Amino acid sequence: MIVASPKPMEEIIDTVKDCKKLLILGCNECVTVCEAGGKKEVGVLASALRMYFAKQGRQIQIDERTLERQCDHEYLEEIRDIADTYDAILSLACGVGVQFTAEKYLATVVLPGVNTCFLGATEERGLWTERCQACGACVLAKTGGICPVSRCAKRVLNGPCGGSTNGKCEISKEVDCAWQLIVDRLTALGKMDEYEQIAPLKDWSTDRAGGPRKVVKEDVQS
Amino acid sequence: MRLEYPANIKVIRAPCTGKIDVIHLLRAIEKGADGAYVVGCMEGECLYNNGNFRAKKRVLQAQKVLDSVGMGGQRVQMYNLSSAEGPKFAAFAREMTEKIRELGPNPMKLAKKGEAA
Amino acid sequence: MSLNTESKLEKILKAGHLAVTSECGPPRGTSLDKIEEKANLIKDCVDAINVTDNQTSVTRMCSLAACIKIKLMGLEPVLQMVTRDRNRIAMQSDILGAAAFGVNNMLCLSGDHQSFGDCATGQNVHDLDSMQLVQTVRHMRDEGKFLGGGDIAGPPKIFVGAAANPFADPFEVRVPRLAKKIAAGAEFIQTQCIYNVEKFEKWLEIARDRGLTEKVFILAGVTPMKSAGMARYMKNRVPGMDVPDEIVKRLSDTPKEKQADEGIKICIETMQRLKEVKGVAGFHVMAIEWEEKVPELVEGAGLYPRPEVD
Repeated sequence: MIVASPKPMEEIIDTVKDCKKLLILGCNECVTVCEAGGKKEVGVLASALRMYFAKQGRQIQIDERTLERQCDHEYLEEIRDIADTYDAILSLACGVGVQFTAEKYLATVVLPGVNTCFLGATEERGLWTERCQACGACVLAKTGGICPVSRCAKRVLNGPCGGSTNGKCEISKEVDCAWQLIVDRLTALGKMDEYEQIAPLKDWSTDRAGGPRKVVKEDVQS
Repeated sequence: MRLEYPANIKVIRAPCTGKIDVIHLLRAIEKGADGAYVVGCMEGECLYNNGNFRAKKRVLQAQKVLDSVGMGGQRVQMYNLSSAEGPKFAAFAREMTEKIRELGPNPMKLAKKGEAA
Repeated sequence: MSLNTESKLEKILKAGHLAVTSECGPPRGTSLDKIEEKANLIKDCVDAINVTDNQTSVTRMCSLAACIKIKLMGLEPVLQMVTRDRNRIAMQSDILGAAAFGVNNMLCLSGDHQSFGDCATGQNVHDLDSMQLVQTVRHMRDEGKFLGGGDIAGPPKIFVGAAANPFADPFEVRVPRLAKKIAAGAEFIQTQCIYNVEKFEKWLEIARDRGLTEKVFILAGVTPMKSAGMARYMKNRVPGMDVPDEIVKRLSDTPKEKQADEGIKICIETMQRLKEVKGVAGFHVMAIEWEEKVPELVEGAGLYPRPEVD
């Protein structure tokens, strides 16, 4: 899923300070699971902002709404009738949701309330870690199911580098060395002979390097 | 046991403090309460193992949110006691009332008065 | 053995001599005087001089400019290039520039992570890794082609090296990784600083058993310790560094004013011991900001004078 974290309150206050009527828009998908932008977080943020502006002696109407998804036309249509009545929509969805909302409601300012961080997994409640950088050309078949692109600080394809110490990365003792994990896994699978094959130069054109990407699946298109 | 505690406190019962969320504490303050506190079981003695630890973290989070909008995080507190400690309950109530008196009235009340006027 | 390049380092190694290289860090400024000064301190006792590439991710004058300066002094530079700061266009371009000025040697590295340096908030590139950079240089030299397939007018005749750290983890892949670097095209190897001599010898033995020392020239890396404090710092703070307790103890048991001498002594002992080990083709002496000690180290190890090659 897409993992996000809330923006600092002062940053949010600064972006919404000139509004008179604000909609805080949550999303029921990834940001709900990572507890950054679901219905609950919408409620907490709305309450906090109401208190802030009331204390400033400002009258602002702050409404709350959470959609099933902000990255789908269908669900975004649900606010068609009300979107224009707000000065701004503060979206707690990932960057995709913020942009999709903005594309749909051109007359309203759409602002981000979270920082979209990475594609990751819930290791335990309250702890999310990165697993994928969406490079568009998956190498996991060759690396024991552990991704060197997202989990090695230097995205080394023929690792580990010389900084790997006691299973940890040179950047921090808190960070696992992805290549230690890969070697351990290949060893456990009896596939260490594959380790000695040199990974060729990667085609990064399917990554961010190639510009904005799209996926087309003609058989399901209408 | 008939114990006296300040009459300005409204008790809301919850099945377990683990059921109390950040939003409940914030709403109390938003609606004008001068303070809100959670009274849970002794740490380590939760019937559901960690309900009161959860509550403690949520109280801390509510304090952070309140501080970030200038409302004073100290308006929200957590206390622990066992169910047999009636006098302690009353003592906590007095302590909390004192604390809140020191902090002064909830700015929301003043803001609302301003609105009315 | 036939020569692939004009490199003096290649000639010395292929003539069967123990080679000696050392290194210079470029300045944090625009003056070339410091490079000249450092190079002059070591020029008579080494065969080639590595020029580091923004080492520890601290911004400095570019390695290529400093290499050209050294070349213009009539000396033999080794261009260090990290994959952290350049994409494949920039790397190929710099390789051509280096060859154009007669920089005949390169050491291909991934580079320390930028979080260690003065631009911790910067982006890193890592379009290629160090192994793929080795492949790239060899491809450009031997095929005379760019990575994109086009012909190079005058391919870069560069002697290609890579680094090896026998002390990083996991130990069991350290020799296979060396094998990969050789398969990628590395012709010489400069190792991480060796303090744990036994572990290095064990690594070398496994490499020898696989026949790898026949395929590549391994220059053993050494760095003299200036003090017990430096030994402790290297032991505890530098990733991938293995400093045994007895080295730290030996230095801390020495009176403070004599610790530097003791550090030099340890370094010379290491070289003397490794000189006799089969598979060691020379030494890479990294006297960090202590270049004036390189002659003493090389002489002490019995590696002076340096052989002449044409």
